[in-house]
Amino acid sequence: MSDRRTGRRRRAGVVAAVLAGALALTGCGSGSSSKPEAGGATVAASPSSLHFAVITHGTAGDAFWSVVKNGAQAAGEKLGVSVDYRSDGDPGAQAKLIDNAIAQHVDGLVVSMANPDALRTSIQNAVHAGIPVITINSGEQRSAEFGALTHVGQDEGIAGEQAGTRFKQAGRTKLLCVIHEAGNIGLNQRCDGAKRTFGNTTTVQVDISNPTDAQARIRGALEADPQIDAVLALNSQIAAGAVAAAKAANSKAQVATFDLNTDVVNAIKAGDLVFAVDQQPYLQGYLPILFLQLYKENANTVGGGKPVLTGPAFVDKANVDTVATYAARGTR
Amino acid sequence: MTVRRVADRLIARPEVGAALGALAVFGFFSVVTSHFLSRLGVANWLDDASTLGVMAVAVALLMIGGEFDLSAGVMTASTALVTALLVTREGLNIWPALGVSLLFALAVGAFNGLLVVRTGLPSFIVTLGTFLALQGLNLGVTRRVTGTVQVSGLRDRAGFTSAARLFASTVNIGGTEYEISILWWAVVTAVAAWVLVRTRFGNWVFAVGGSAIGARAVGVPVARTKIALFATTAFAGWIVGAITLLRNASVQANQGIGLEFQYIVAAVIGGCLLTGGFGSAVGAAIGALIFGMTRQGIVYAQWDSDWFQLFLGVMLLAAVAVNKAFRQRAERAA
Repeated sequence: MSDRRTGRRRRAGVVAAVLAGALALTGCGSGSSSKPEAGGATVAASPSSLHFAVITHGTAGDAFWSVVKNGAQAAGEKLGVSVDYRSDGDPGAQAKLIDNAIAQHVDGLVVSMANPDALRTSIQNAVHAGIPVITINSGEQRSAEFGALTHVGQDEGIAGEQAGTRFKQAGRTKLLCVIHEAGNIGLNQRCDGAKRTFGNTTTVQVDISNPTDAQARIRGALEADPQIDAVLALNSQIAAGAVAAAKAANSKAQVATFDLNTDVVNAIKAGDLVFAVDQQPYLQGYLPILFLQLYKENANTVGGGKPVLTGPAFVDKANVDTVATYAARGTR
Repeated sequence: MTVRRVADRLIARPEVGAALGALAVFGFFSVVTSHFLSRLGVANWLDDASTLGVMAVAVALLMIGGEFDLSAGVMTASTALVTALLVTREGLNIWPALGVSLLFALAVGAFNGLLVVRTGLPSFIVTLGTFLALQGLNLGVTRRVTGTVQVSGLRDRAGFTSAARLFASTVNIGGTEYEISILWWAVVTAVAAWVLVRTRFGNWVFAVGGSAIGARAVGVPVARTKIALFATTAFAGWIVGAITLLRNASVQANQGIGLEFQYIVAAVIGGCLLTGGFGSAVGAAIGALIFGMTRQGIVYAQWDSDWFQLFLGVMLLAAVAVNKAFRQRAERAA
């Protein structure tokens, strides 16, 4: 039973690959004959028939993924390609969304891999079907192995290390790292990275959907251990809670965070937050669409076998005013 | 003999098991950790229990009336989003915005109630539908209007300071700052307990939860009672939404999801039966207190956060077990 199914799938894959190849050839032919005369400046204006799908593991309502989506859609509009954004936090459901996009013969796929093993078959099917895949955000280690063109994201470990270094340079001695989603590998990598460069680090577990409880728990951790003099939040909304918690606990801890929003920007201006680590999610949405278009229309690849890093960028008092306007419109 | 009778009558109260459970949790963490009993510590776990408590008490009334409200968690975000969008996008003063979101909450609550009594479908299904619909609205509307999934930047808007005083300020008692949400929790509990035990409406609630047909036969307005109860949980959602919004000066579209089960668990710990017709408002408040003390106690104990949910689960199961043992004893005695 399962053998027959794989057989059928393989045959379907071959057919799809041949079809995709044929489509690519005709697409290439028409593109190369018409575009050069049109001139570079009008490329965006002349509507391309390219259709890309962005499929992430972001849960609906997550501020971070909202910026990624904005980036992908802005790239689609600017480059004149159509972009579908779909997401599902459940790895199995995400794999089905990818299968669905393959069935629609999209011209390119952008996939975030929070759980690479669950997506392996679907991504490889896409590659076999001749659909170029770019991975974003997480899953950097497995990206090349699955046949993706490149990976666009932030190395969470490196970002954590640099955040740890900044706290160390500020003369801090004990760090509290706040994990807001149990079992999220990226969050753990950030805390581990911070621990590597900073040293004395503990973690506390909170629930992102309950801000009151999250704040109380951070406050409890600060009261229980007065030696903690630095707090690293991994989400912009948790950051606001951490600032309030430090005040309520009469703690002198410095607070920093990952990711931006208007409140984080204002808190940096006010001096309540010392810095924010920005992995520039807009780029994680925008760049892959640009890269896929360049690949389809000019056979370009980016990264040379290495990931394209979108961060960490740091926002602190020095550059917060510039970034503020962009954060307000949902692109930083 | 009389002492025995008093003891039996006491044990028959639904909240007694929860109170004993709360004492056990309180004693345990007071001994195991050094900060749990400190004034800052007490202010902290009372705060954690407060918003949960406001909801749990309203949910308990509804459960005694024989129904569930799965949309209660998301309602806390929906009302906050309505307020925040009206203030930041329409430039409304925060007070009228709060008024509009209150009307919105009551409308959704009444809609839940009306649908349940009109269709006769289980409230579990009806409010699951509302839960999903609100979740989608929260996200869809917020994204459409703001381009992101958070609404922030309320702090410098008209009326924020005075509204924050009512919903999100702190009260200094003996040098320690207590969140005003604790007061809300106490007031809501007191009012609910009074309504339930001392008013005709309270009798109706027990009657419709015990047997809707029997209640109708003796002239209890079953439909009106149930609709009022759904409106009450929505109203509590509005209070908690306002507290969270004014405290953080921002609201995220996915807030509150999953909390509806915590409300139900707190009510059950507090002695409410899942089948309706039995329970107490004070018990639900104590259920929330157990939640708050456990969650904060674990942090004060500095236990490895990886095991957090396990600790929480075991503590809650223990509390429910104690509660049930007492109720059974009471039932045997009766």
